[in-house]
Amino acid sequence: MALKHATPMLDELEKGPWPSFVTDIKRVAARKPMCEDLLGLVEMSYEHKEGHWKHGGIVGVFGYGGGVIGRYCDRPDLFPNVAHFHTMRVNQPASKFYTTEVLRKLCDIWEEHGSGLTNMHGSTGDLILLGTTTDQLEPVFYRLTHELGMDLGGSGSNMRTPEGCVGKARCEWSCLDTQDIIYDITMRYQDELHRPMFPYKFKFKASGCPNDCVAAIARADCSIIGTWRDKIRIDQEAVRAYVGGELVPNGGSHGVEKRKLDIQKEVIDLCPTRCMEWDGKNLKIWDEDCTRCMHCINVMPRALRPGTDVGATILCGAKAPILEGAQLSSVIIPFMKMEPPYEEFHEFVEKMWDWWMEHGKNRERLGELIQRLGLREFLKAVEVQPDPRMVNTTRYNPYIFYDPADVPGGWERDAKSFRERHHA
Amino acid sequence: MAQIEYKGKVFNLDEDGFIDSFDNWCPEWVEYVKESEGIQELTEEHWKVIHVLQDYYRKHGIAPMVRILTKVTGYKLKYIYELFPSGPGKGACKMAGLPKPTGCV
Repeated sequence: MALKHATPMLDELEKGPWPSFVTDIKRVAARKPMCEDLLGLVEMSYEHKEGHWKHGGIVGVFGYGGGVIGRYCDRPDLFPNVAHFHTMRVNQPASKFYTTEVLRKLCDIWEEHGSGLTNMHGSTGDLILLGTTTDQLEPVFYRLTHELGMDLGGSGSNMRTPEGCVGKARCEWSCLDTQDIIYDITMRYQDELHRPMFPYKFKFKASGCPNDCVAAIARADCSIIGTWRDKIRIDQEAVRAYVGGELVPNGGSHGVEKRKLDIQKEVIDLCPTRCMEWDGKNLKIWDEDCTRCMHCINVMPRALRPGTDVGATILCGAKAPILEGAQLSSVIIPFMKMEPPYEEFHEFVEKMWDWWMEHGKNRERLGELIQRLGLREFLKAVEVQPDPRMVNTTRYNPYIFYDPADVPGGWERDAKSFRERHHA
Repeated sequence: MAQIEYKGKVFNLDEDGFIDSFDNWCPEWVEYVKESEGIQELTEEHWKVIHVLQDYYRKHGIAPMVRILTKVTGYKLKYIYELFPSGPGKGACKMAGLPKPTGCV
């Protein structure tokens, strides 16, 4: 079927083996004028090498301060069907497991009220409904909540939609029930999610182990990363099977052909703390020196497993470059048990938020506030004792602040008595 | 930019229904826009929020952070949503004639 606008450049993107977003949108455009105009608008942007959406857009549903990203095209004269093209963020189930029944119902709603286009999913995790008009926002919200029991996700200066890795649902390394943790955070902090009250955005992510499949350390102001504090469980029989070539290393990630694992070269010598030894028959791990980097476990998943005394390392402060430079999260709590009802974690979160809400400047991420006021102030606020595990190296400059209470005599000094001992 | 007339006053609006300039604000604007923001009757409390926003904007040239708004008015955020169902940004700032909130919204 011929579409309204010629799209010679977009048509090029229908070639090649990767699934083409152009082909997909064209299929929807055959029945949706909104998509037809979207293709035309994008083609024009390709031609001009400029975006054609206006600045900003403030729309939403009553009761919430976020969840919808307003968008208006700057050439409604040419593309009237995308004059409004708002995005709705829908809170996804943790780790994104669906039944077709839910997805079908969701599609029915979006087919009726929106463009029919989606983003599965936004990088924060939300299921994203891409493109609708202001008058359709409340009807979609009504149907999401009443028919599907689904809610909007977060946007604005609030707690954004939390997300976790696949966790225990289908990973043998997960030290955390990431789905339960994410669901708990989402439900407990609904108010913080829907009604912006923070200096800026705040994200949570939970990964079951240090492989960090949801990139919590890079993409969350508060990163929850699973770990253990007892011994790696070793099945010596299975180790020998890897060495003997009966089991394929790395679960076949580097080719499924059977080969003998060079355990010395591929595991022992690559261990970052060199805390392993292979005597030709048995594998020995000095667990007290292990930093739980996951490498040996990743190579021999059938032979090695994380310990059983599991919990999480809590890290804070990750953010993208704006304004003060990119940051990864830093260790704040080296080990915390993470079991329902997660009271210890909630206490930590609430203390952290109180401090940030009190001291954070407008649009200052937590990581920047920690940088500005110092890790020490943050630790005081969340009542956590400093620990060597919180730093990579000690400081190398001598600009060390002391609390006057820790210095005999405090800061109040008498210049006269100094002069008695030292003449000018 | 759309133009509307209400009680003899003319307002220029953007797509989101914000007025083009704080200087063009007048009490009739609040009267006009309230319904689209889910407000039946304007109470003194609505006006208090609007005036706090306007005073702050005149003094600082920006809208206050939510925390400052709640501190100065003494209203909890929940109550501000009861007064202005679309919240302090889309609801109260729009009615107070402040410029549209920007950034990652």
